[in-house]
Amino acid sequence: MSRERFQAEMVSVQQDFLKLCDLSIERLEEAFTALINKDVEAAEDIVKRDSEINHAEEAINDRVILLLTRQQPVATDLRRLVVLLKAAADMERVGDYAVNIAKETIHIGNDPFVTSIELLEDMCTKSTQMLRQIVQAFVDENTTKAKELAELDDQIDEMYGNMIKHLLRLTSIKPESIAQITYLSFICRYIERCADLATNLAEYLLYLKKGQRFDLNN
Amino acid sequence: MVQTMMKNENNIKLNVQSSQVVSEELPVVKNNKSTVFGTKDFNLWYGDHHALKEINLDIKENDVTAIIGPSGCGKSTYIKALNRMVELVPIVRTNGEINYRGRNIFGANYQVEELRTKVGMVFQKPNPFPKSIYDNIAYGPRIHGIKNKKILDEIVEKSLRGAAIWDEVKDRLNQNAYGLSGGQQQRICIARCLAIEPDVILMDEPTSALDPISTLKVEELVQELKGNYSIVIVTHNMQQAARISDKTAFFLNGEVVEFDNTDKIFSTPKDQRTEDYISGRFG
Repeated sequence: MSRERFQAEMVSVQQDFLKLCDLSIERLEEAFTALINKDVEAAEDIVKRDSEINHAEEAINDRVILLLTRQQPVATDLRRLVVLLKAAADMERVGDYAVNIAKETIHIGNDPFVTSIELLEDMCTKSTQMLRQIVQAFVDENTTKAKELAELDDQIDEMYGNMIKHLLRLTSIKPESIAQITYLSFICRYIERCADLATNLAEYLLYLKKGQRFDLNN
Repeated sequence: MVQTMMKNENNIKLNVQSSQVVSEELPVVKNNKSTVFGTKDFNLWYGDHHALKEINLDIKENDVTAIIGPSGCGKSTYIKALNRMVELVPIVRTNGEINYRGRNIFGANYQVEELRTKVGMVFQKPNPFPKSIYDNIAYGPRIHGIKNKKILDEIVEKSLRGAAIWDEVKDRLNQNAYGLSGGQQQRICIARCLAIEPDVILMDEPTSALDPISTLKVEELVQELKGNYSIVIVTHNMQQAARISDKTAFFLNGEVVEFDNTDKIFSTPKDQRTEDYISGRFG
């Protein structure tokens, strides 16, 4: 395989990665919609379709491993493939969190929410926006943008902290709703983790471009 | 040097046998190593062709230094300058310095014979003499006046052990070296080089004519030998340079584009031309 073909193959794997990103973020948005609308049927559908994202990630892994084996890339080419492996694993994890949120939605069922979920909705919107924008920065290899976007994680962390404090207070006010409060706490945690994974993408991009590790999660 | 070998067995360097040494000796680049070859503003011309341009490069003791670059970049010319073999080409002219252990080898009073005793060379194509395995190894020591059979036996065994081929040939030392496989012949050549107990071993694409298993054996041998010798290896095989060397110099059009730790060259090279070459985008 000539380097032109290697290049073409790498671009093709990157396109598969983008499809995986779209799939995972869409699934997360669907999970949020199902939660907000208490649409148990839609949530069950999300759980059923999890394997689609898993297979997409496995296919990327296989292609990357094959390229590493056959082409033995070095320097930026090697980092790009390693970063693709890691980023694909993280985006698959976003898909897992969508499934987890859907499962909590199924647990909540048709019960009315014990509290306003306005802040939770904000978290959902912000985290998916952040994911989409970071994926775009990742594609454009725009490190400045990626670094800026990673800072949004602090806002989501703060929202998460506020929401958890509020839910903890609720446990003493509405002890009979402890189950739903726990489900909502888990959901908050999943959303917060999705934002962390978005930050990872920014870190991977910096590693790809500069060959050094950066910790943007702290 | 060979006289020293005769007198004091304890000083004989050819004691590398254990494969365990390999893992302990894997590339750890130390900055305080002494310089074996110091190249300073060195230029070389073949007639009108300026083949090496302002080369500044330090080869450190007990390092494996890989020289990489596309065909015609000057890497073989450079390695052949290190033992003055390049002078065999009549139209060659040089300026600048290559200092071996602090003395300019192109200086007026420098004896080339002395240099060649200290700096051994292994070539691309295995080139054993049409003699027995034993005589191939004993050739150098005999030239240096060693006639004592017992001492020659000892040198032959230690050299063959040092080149990791003793076990394969110990029962047929009197057979012609031509009867060996290419990989074995190359290790015989390395053993022949070790027999005169050099300080530096130059290797000019030593595995390009070998099969993968023989290549692996020679690469493992290089790792073992670096504990006792300084090695400079020209290679077209990028993965080989990455696997076995401590430092890598990238030559292009007669210039050193980049010279750094191998880890650095193959992960985050400074120069885009280096990145393009090691990534296979030209050359």
